[in-house]
Amino acid sequence: MSALPRADELGVIGCHVCSLVCRDTGMEHARCPRCHSSLHRRKKATYSRTWALLIAAFIFYIPANLLPIMRTVSVGDVDDNTILSGVVELWVKGSPDLAVIVFTASIVVPMLKFLALVTLLWSSHRSSGWARRQRAKLYRLVELIGYWSMLDVFVVALLTALVQFGLLSLVEPLPGVVFFGLTVVLTMFASMSFDPRLIWDGKESDD
Amino acid sequence: MTSPDPGSNRMVATPPLLICEHCDTVYRRRELACGEVARCLRCDAVLERYQRLGPGAMLALVLTALVVFVQANVWPIVTLGFNGQLISTTLWGAIMMMWHEHSQVVSVLAAGTLFFFPLCKMLLLGWVLLFARRGQRAPGFRLAMVTLYRLGPWTMSEVFVLGAMVAIVKAHVYFDVILNPGIFAYAALTLLITIFAGIDLRRLWDLTPEGAP
Repeated sequence: MSALPRADELGVIGCHVCSLVCRDTGMEHARCPRCHSSLHRRKKATYSRTWALLIAAFIFYIPANLLPIMRTVSVGDVDDNTILSGVVELWVKGSPDLAVIVFTASIVVPMLKFLALVTLLWSSHRSSGWARRQRAKLYRLVELIGYWSMLDVFVVALLTALVQFGLLSLVEPLPGVVFFGLTVVLTMFASMSFDPRLIWDGKESDD
Repeated sequence: MTSPDPGSNRMVATPPLLICEHCDTVYRRRELACGEVARCLRCDAVLERYQRLGPGAMLALVLTALVVFVQANVWPIVTLGFNGQLISTTLWGAIMMMWHEHSQVVSVLAAGTLFFFPLCKMLLLGWVLLFARRGQRAPGFRLAMVTLYRLGPWTMSEVFVLGAMVAIVKAHVYFDVILNPGIFAYAALTLLITIFAGIDLRRLWDLTPEGAP
């Protein structure tokens, strides 16, 4: 046993929901005595679930970026905006700081999530001992920033509600925004279904 | 380190162990001093923070958040002016508009993450704390606590505030923008949410003894 004993070495399980430390009875459908949630050492089918959600999210991510998310009509002039062109517009119209924020939330964060989760899934599946602490940190970062990607969805919703000046000026949402919203939700589910304990399973390297 | 007392029955009810939920390392629990943060030696995740706020103070914060939340939803957020015409919207205005503009998915997402889930979280937490203040478990305590855990990251009011700022800046180029009380209420709500972010609600399980009425 190492200096830092892990739950399975001591024959205990931590409840995911209420964090009670329970004795591992080895039963198939054990439940937490305190909150009655089902107990398991690792999240169920974590690899297949996370991969499935991640692939679905990526499929939605393609139309989310290629299709326009918002249409602006002003005096007969129709302008369709994609996520990227919205960022460019903000930059050109004199708000480079906000352009950076939107670019980070809408482009960098989703891409980072895809890359990070693929890296985590792949390295954990191989029980790799490579950069475990950094990978653990990466996972926590993904969890922390994931939901900020909803930013653009809320921007479109607000502008649609506000810019309703009939023929003079009008904003309406386009399908891209629906795909983008679904991408964010799916990536959130994907990162929730990944079990960070897997990073530490397999042979212990020198820490 | 508080060493477990093998003779005591209370040890079964509140085990002196703590498991890192990020890597499964087991620790012996220790009382934290003011301002202290316990971190996992293996993966560096936060295990526990010293909790400044008792259930009474948390209840006060939840009630404040509830009042602010009502304000944020009742008052318009911003008004746009164009050619003498004024249009303002509330959160629900935006949600309804997305529904009618064939983006029902977005409308449902916004209604959940900006209205129903935050409201649910505040009401459940308020209910639980009302009893926890006296060291008791509220009726339906278990269900409330499990639901609070499941709601986890699905409340996004702070993202909405940033979204409102971006929308204002975008609209500012073409329209007159008037800020309404709703946006300030939302800003205050974001501050309150930030305070709650550092609180691990799961300690309420330990604060209220099992079997208490």
